[in-house]
Amino acid sequence: MDVNKKQLRIALRNCGFIDPENIDQYIVRDGYMALANVLMQNNPQAAIEVVKKSGLRGRGGGGFPTGLKWELASKNPSDQKYMICNADEGDPGAFMDRSILEGDPHSVIEAMAIGGFCIGATKGLIYIRAEYPLAIKRLEIAIAQAREYGFLGQKILGSDFDFDLELRYGAGAFVCGEETALIHSMEGMRGEPTFKPPFPAQEGYLKKPSNVNNVETFANIPVIFNKGWEWFSSIGTEKSKGTKVFALAGQINNVGLIEVPMGITLREVIFEIGGGIKGGKQFKAVQTGGPSGGCLTEAFLDTPIDYDNLIAAGSMMGSGGMIVMDETSCMPAVARFYLDFTVEESCGKCTPCRIGNKRLCEILDKIIEGKGTMDDLTILKNLSQVIKDTALCGLGQTSPNPILSTIDHFWDEYVAHVTNKKCPAGQCKSMKQYIIDAEQCIGCTACARACPVGAIKGEKKNPHSINQDLCIKCGACYEKCKFNAISII
Amino acid sequence: MENIKLTIDNKEIEVAAGTTILKAARLHNIEIPTLCYFDLKGMDITNKPGSCRICTVEIEGRKNLAPACITECMPGMIVRTNNIRVLNARRSVLELLLSDHPTDCLICPKSGNCELQALAVRFGIRELPYQGEKSSHKRDKSPAILRDMDKCVMCRRCEMMCNKFQTVGALSAVNRGFNAVVAPAFEDSLSQTACTFCGQCVAVCPVGALSEVNHTASVIRAINDPKKTVVVQTAPAVRVAIGEEFRMKPGTIATGQMSAALRRLGFDYVFDTDWSADLTIMEEGTELLGRLNKYLAGDKEVKMPLLTSCCPAWVKFFEHQFPDLKDIPSTAKSPQQMFGAIAKNYFAQKIGVKREDLIVVSVMPCLAKKYELSRDEFKTDNNPDVDFSITTRELAALIKQANIDFSSLPEEDFDSPLGESTGAGVIFGTTGGVIEAAVRTAYEIHTGKPCPSIDFTELRGLEGIRSATIDFDGLPINIGIAHGLSNARKLLEEIREGKSQFHAIEIMACPGGCINGGGQPLNHGDSRIIQARWEAIYKADKDKPIRKSHENKSVQQLYKEFLGEPCGEKAHHLLHTHYFKRKTEFEVDLDK
Amino acid sequence: MDKIKSLADLQAKKESLLATMAQTNEQDVQIKVAMATCGIAAGAKEVMDTMSDICEAKGVKTNISQTGCMGYCYAEPTVEIKKPGKEPIVFGYVNAAKAKEIVEKYILNDEIIEGVIPQNYQSIDN
Repeated sequence: MDVNKKQLRIALRNCGFIDPENIDQYIVRDGYMALANVLMQNNPQAAIEVVKKSGLRGRGGGGFPTGLKWELASKNPSDQKYMICNADEGDPGAFMDRSILEGDPHSVIEAMAIGGFCIGATKGLIYIRAEYPLAIKRLEIAIAQAREYGFLGQKILGSDFDFDLELRYGAGAFVCGEETALIHSMEGMRGEPTFKPPFPAQEGYLKKPSNVNNVETFANIPVIFNKGWEWFSSIGTEKSKGTKVFALAGQINNVGLIEVPMGITLREVIFEIGGGIKGGKQFKAVQTGGPSGGCLTEAFLDTPIDYDNLIAAGSMMGSGGMIVMDETSCMPAVARFYLDFTVEESCGKCTPCRIGNKRLCEILDKIIEGKGTMDDLTILKNLSQVIKDTALCGLGQTSPNPILSTIDHFWDEYVAHVTNKKCPAGQCKSMKQYIIDAEQCIGCTACARACPVGAIKGEKKNPHSINQDLCIKCGACYEKCKFNAISII
Repeated sequence: MENIKLTIDNKEIEVAAGTTILKAARLHNIEIPTLCYFDLKGMDITNKPGSCRICTVEIEGRKNLAPACITECMPGMIVRTNNIRVLNARRSVLELLLSDHPTDCLICPKSGNCELQALAVRFGIRELPYQGEKSSHKRDKSPAILRDMDKCVMCRRCEMMCNKFQTVGALSAVNRGFNAVVAPAFEDSLSQTACTFCGQCVAVCPVGALSEVNHTASVIRAINDPKKTVVVQTAPAVRVAIGEEFRMKPGTIATGQMSAALRRLGFDYVFDTDWSADLTIMEEGTELLGRLNKYLAGDKEVKMPLLTSCCPAWVKFFEHQFPDLKDIPSTAKSPQQMFGAIAKNYFAQKIGVKREDLIVVSVMPCLAKKYELSRDEFKTDNNPDVDFSITTRELAALIKQANIDFSSLPEEDFDSPLGESTGAGVIFGTTGGVIEAAVRTAYEIHTGKPCPSIDFTELRGLEGIRSATIDFDGLPINIGIAHGLSNARKLLEEIREGKSQFHAIEIMACPGGCINGGGQPLNHGDSRIIQARWEAIYKADKDKPIRKSHENKSVQQLYKEFLGEPCGEKAHHLLHTHYFKRKTEFEVDLDK
Repeated sequence: MDKIKSLADLQAKKESLLATMAQTNEQDVQIKVAMATCGIAAGAKEVMDTMSDICEAKGVKTNISQTGCMGYCYAEPTVEIKKPGKEPIVFGYVNAAKAKEIVEKYILNDEIIEGVIPQNYQSIDN
């Protein structure tokens, strides 16, 4: 492998190459060849076997073996089954699925038809967020073209296989990325997860056996057939095959959409592909797995990235968000940011997620405001563990990960907040103090006039002082002082 | 079904495959606590969203804890329901629920009957580790139901009752996350929805989020107003349930003590809705025979089948959901309203009291009766035929407040003339009873012969939909019975499609009929209580010397003295009503 | 068009499309503008319009098309230029002025200008 080319584009193979609104350009790059071959061989079991042997695992975050999932759905007899594509991408800062749908919609359509053939489904549904209008438009165009060419519809490519697709729009609820919630949302019910079993493969959409895969998972499928499972499984680590697309973001020079082979290290991703930390600052942590994931420190920079290693490290693969943080990030505040997201996006069904996450958020607020105690840290740890243990769905079960991983790796930072009332990263406003150095202050009154809350008192030409109880830490005095008399501690 | 073996708390047990951990544990006297879980066995009413997470248990080899209420036992499973991990998690979940719950237990309508309170007691919660924001929702008062959603624990039992069992769809979860709550669409008032006020949401609510609108204060005021004469009527199902409020065994028939207690509370006349139930049969039975005869004579215009109209929740249901069929139900008023009409138009005159000085109070197993009495068609010059309706629970509270030792009271009779009743009136209290009472009378009037047996057992039971064919001396009459509005809906859809084979159908909104109405003592998911009340109703019927409505002497007297003929002009004016097409605020009239 | 009815049909279709493509590749400059949501938000539509206007004005035979995201979020909008007989080159940070510069300097004069993004990935084709 060329050392300068750390990326390998499988799922993104056509993104940026072809005109997504032109099916001919997809065909030129072996488009629909995999479907044609699978239909010609006319052996769903053998096709499932190919996917199983490839080692492909769900790219939405869970990492469940795709071939096994198809096999389970194929084994439940029914008059009607459904092949469902989960395009309800919702992690903050993640846009892998959108890019694939906007850049290469046919690869998903082709894969869904293959999957439909394998499990015995004649209907496919793509659940896509309504906030992705361009992806929707390109999918609609692609579906129409695929129908026109006979890749969708009846007797596809001269076979006896019928398959067609429909789009369903999500209204922007993160929890609808959970497969049971997604199915309920498509059924017109409240987007709420239900207990598994029954799994969708047993009772899915409209109580019929259904299979839900993520966009990126589908995008890998045609290549596996075209280039062979042996080729695919030669890439990656022992238990995680192929590549993973990441949306690289945060305090990094080259933010962007990357696709790397499983097993690459975080160091290679951040410092080689990502070009290192912005502004020459120090690397502090990298957050993977979105709101369900955790923060990893420098100690993990050389850990090969795969499903199992990330979980062992206290984070997870997730759908592919990767946010890099530098030394100026306050970790309790980072945890607070993700918790805030989960609190917003919880469906409110189970107690731990509905009330527990709210309480976690409130305790973090206390800590960030400088009002936390060591008891709060104990409660934070216990409650996080209880939520992990008792929440109903994946959203709730993983929501405390940002807290647990930052507590694990940045315990001292939490302690500093509650015992010394200091934010080591200097981010928490409440813990800043503006003070006037009496030696430097000449009593020009500029600061007192700028203070919006009248917290600064002093006689003209005499040193001034700031009443800390009134100060709102806006920094106006600091900006106004021409004599460097005001400092932040 | 095959059995499987597993271990719960070091105890090896064997259960049928498919049994949940919760049920398996309970079979072996391991009482795992629950909150959202609700299972009214034999009634097709189950709520197990697995959402409260109180019943959480540890299963060896599983990474997180499992909800016992929906996790099925597997062979070789090793379950722990009480180790430190489980107890800590369960306690934490309970503390979370309490941290978002008002602490006004002392003045809560469910105090002492609250399942959350019971859990807090069981866990000995003394302080909460979490202080934080509490949910805040606007309170909603409708004619029958009070909603204080700050107390909602999101168990979703009410939602299940309203949507699945009643198919009314007035309540569902709205908002998300911490703000999620069960409410009508747009968090509007129940009054603006298709709510039937059946009160089953109140009956299943484990906490004080849903309760009845309380009328006891108005009743006490009326009783103590020297200008007013106050009469009370008690519904059939009240007498077989009120004893439970005084620690009597479920199924105790406490008719005599109840009359005595009502008299001691200060009511001037203690009457019986059973009496007006007999009157209802005279009207409804006559109406049935009238329609039947026309139908048999080949009249294509006559509306069939006849549907009973005693249940006000059912009436509101078809007004909303099946307005196209509003000519089918019997026009006979419910026993509560017949009683009110006769009390105010006949009895008041008889005792020389002005209509406005006569106060009619009803004691009902029902919340919809509170709504029914407020309907405009049951008022004369804005004076309602029935002034106040209180539930069985409210009556019990009144008796307790008045220092009356219910169980040691002597058994007393109802007053005359609106207190005499037959066994046919009593069985109005359960599903199938109204139609059985009607059959007893219609049979004898139609055939001119006495019933071969008074007990039409083929009409009895607690299955949701039942049917039977009664031989009217060579003429087969097809009877349908449904309780629960989801079951009613099925029969109505058959009628709408012209597929119904029935001549008459009885419908009750509540599961089991009035014995399990929204105003009865809470059953907390124990269907044995409902079974006991059901048996008590038929025992009370059997104990009556007269068991057919048309043999009620007092009713016969009323027709002779005042009403004339059943379904005659005066009867029609006082005892019959009409129905309206109802819309909710958000419905669009497609006809326009 | 007629439906494709077999694997052989599909292969034939691919071959004929490839032949047409090879022909235009020899004659025309191929310009691809990354037009995913990210690119459009960064101004890719203006870049595409400008490119096509300038090429037309200068009489350059081009084939301008849109593509999805090329992955270089930090350098949007991005444009790939493939001149006949040459390897494709991706330019980042393109705006209207830069688009003009690309046409005038690189397309017309083979002059490499700033803003070239080196390809940092392998495709499945190699």
